[in-house]
Amino acid sequence: MLSRTANELYWMARHIERAENTARMLDITSQLALLPYRQMEPGQSWAAPWAIPLITTGIATDFYARHPVLSPENVLDFLVCDASNPSSIAACINAARESGRAVRGSISQEMYEDLNLTWLELQHYTLERVLSQGPSDFFDWVKRRSHLFRGATFGTMLRDEGYSFIRMGTFLERADNTARIVDVKYYTLLPSLDDVGGAVDYYQWSALLRSVSAFEAYRKIYRDTITPVRVAELLILREDMPRSLHACMGEMYEILKGLSDAGTREPERLAGEIHAQLHYGRTEQIFATGLHEYLMAFLDKTSQLAQEITDHFLVPVQR
Amino acid sequence: MPATFYNEMHAADAGVRAHYRQFDHWLSTTAPDRVAQKRSEADLLFRRAGITFAVYGEAAGTERLIPFDIIPRIIPQHEWRMLERGLKQRVHALNLFLHDVYHEQKIVKAGIVPAEKVLGNAQFRESMRGVDVPGGIYAHIAGVDIVRAGEGEYYVLEDNLRVPSGVSYMLENRKMMMRLFPELFAREMVAPVDHYPDMLLENLRAVGPAGLPNPTVVLLTPGVYNSAYFEHSFLAQQMGIELVQGRDLFVKNRVVFMHTTRGPQRVDVIYRRIDDDFLDPQAFRADSMLGVPGLFEAYLAGNVTLANAIGTGVADDKSMYIHVPDMIRFYLAEEPVLSNVPTWQPSRPEDLSYVLAHLADVVVKEVHGAGGYGMLVGPAATQAELEDFRARLIADPGRYIAQPTLALSTCPTFAGTDIAPRHIDLRPFVLSGRDINLVPGGLSRVALREGSLVVNSSQGGGTKDTWVLEA
Repeated sequence: MLSRTANELYWMARHIERAENTARMLDITSQLALLPYRQMEPGQSWAAPWAIPLITTGIATDFYARHPVLSPENVLDFLVCDASNPSSIAACINAARESGRAVRGSISQEMYEDLNLTWLELQHYTLERVLSQGPSDFFDWVKRRSHLFRGATFGTMLRDEGYSFIRMGTFLERADNTARIVDVKYYTLLPSLDDVGGAVDYYQWSALLRSVSAFEAYRKIYRDTITPVRVAELLILREDMPRSLHACMGEMYEILKGLSDAGTREPERLAGEIHAQLHYGRTEQIFATGLHEYLMAFLDKTSQLAQEITDHFLVPVQR
Repeated sequence: MPATFYNEMHAADAGVRAHYRQFDHWLSTTAPDRVAQKRSEADLLFRRAGITFAVYGEAAGTERLIPFDIIPRIIPQHEWRMLERGLKQRVHALNLFLHDVYHEQKIVKAGIVPAEKVLGNAQFRESMRGVDVPGGIYAHIAGVDIVRAGEGEYYVLEDNLRVPSGVSYMLENRKMMMRLFPELFAREMVAPVDHYPDMLLENLRAVGPAGLPNPTVVLLTPGVYNSAYFEHSFLAQQMGIELVQGRDLFVKNRVVFMHTTRGPQRVDVIYRRIDDDFLDPQAFRADSMLGVPGLFEAYLAGNVTLANAIGTGVADDKSMYIHVPDMIRFYLAEEPVLSNVPTWQPSRPEDLSYVLAHLADVVVKEVHGAGGYGMLVGPAATQAELEDFRARLIADPGRYIAQPTLALSTCPTFAGTDIAPRHIDLRPFVLSGRDINLVPGGLSRVALREGSLVVNSSQGGGTKDTWVLEA
């Protein structure tokens, strides 16, 4: 398959997944913002709920360059509608659709039509409409469109190399996002030790679980109160949790095993290494390392992996 | 302008023409609501499928739908047989002409085409002289624009031998009609067109570099911002070949390769939808970002086939057009089946004075123009436009040709909720490989504005499905 085509497919999937994850992140944010948070934490404006999505994705500086004031409207504008912000939902959907258009011959017609319809419907959403309808409606729409696209992909696309690159785009982006979400709660939201286990703590953890559609799964597996250790186990180490790091990296390793030949062993090896650490990892060891440090190291490894995939498959240097 | 036009559906005195009777019956017995609902459904489906084109001069990435009219243009079998014969003959002669001008130039020596018209033509590629291309074929894909005028006779308006476009609309229009009105196809014997991509691929595989039994064919596009990008990706997908851009290809030891996820892979035939000028920055325009450095050398070495060949433009500009009937007589010793539109050449003083005297009655076109840009339709022009063209003609007469304003035939077309006659043309696509062949019909374009004769999509034209009846 043409490298450029593989590259577009990979980024098409990454952008759709990113749009979905941004919607998830904003959804948890708007729920956390309902708590009487500021009264508990005077002066800690960096930890204000509406700063969360900016901090996790590392774009707070860009935000403040455009909006001097942190307000729900400004954050939503920046992360939903602002096409000049490459992380916004609008920009992600535009980019995904552009990629799909560039390689529409390599995806099924139903996939392209679905992507195109998402883009057409997006044109009707303005900040005013998102706000007046209630942002949750909009976030649901984004998630639904992403689900539909994945469903169309799963149900209609030939299982060829292109399919593998689409899947890799999805899982790399998803792993990245889950790691960031877990990290944020642990570092940014814990107000003080006194609050651990309290009502606010509970609400925060459950919102976090919900944002990655893991709340029901947690209940089903643990049938117990929500604790950070179990959340970390569920979202990092459980293989059967579809958005966990383990699940994502398991997929990555399987896909790369199938794609590798003599010249492309390194991406496979690296994916195998990351996967093995998750597969044989224990929560004790994660918390001994420090959750934040552990997650940062994971993000480093995955971005290395993304670079290897790019160099070996997507943007090969002329040999 | 004449007051009456040949109407494809209604004869002046005899009611509905025989080949339209079935359709007319369907139209008059189908509830207007249903027709209206189907029309808006068509619009929605085209938009959802992203069957769009970009308009130059508007913001990059602006996409528009080509308006689609659900009343088909129907061609009776006996007329199509004649058109098919004429088209094959014409394209055959044009390919022989191209081979000739890049080799012995017999037609120049015989005094039929003036030497300066060939050698002085901006589209003539000196570097192609003496180069042998597989099968001697230059115009693998030709789009020949045909109009019907006056009492119903067909004329060739122009030959498009460089990178003719529009065939995807022909295919999508048929698909749309079959989806919206299956009952019509159950009643009428409409000749199918869906095998066009197969036919094209077969033709492209037949012209691979000498001796290659199984050549790798790719389609080279300028990219997503090109007005015909939809068509490029559509055809590549239908043929099951890679859609490549210049940056996907590279040349090593005069062989063309593409970057793939499994390393470099050799490319043998390139169906290119990029003009000559932009193909290779080392050989042609140095500022081209779309091309492949070294491609022309690989081509000259016979390691890759380009379709269409480089240098076909010399045969399709409007100053060469007037010689095509003589080419047919010269190379094939046959009389042309299809007629040319009578054409004046302002480069001749007597033609120039005639054209200037009748400017308000004629159509003036740029010799190298395409797409309906930079033309004057005398009867529809304002005084200022007439004066502008008068000055341009006097300043640079060789840049233009002029033709009488043809009474283009009309076809009933939806205008709002009413049906009114609108002018149409026809572009069949003629493929040359091992043989010359074409699918029945082509793309029918329609000028949607009342009285307008310009059918180009960039100028507000629409399209119709084209039916050749098998019985």
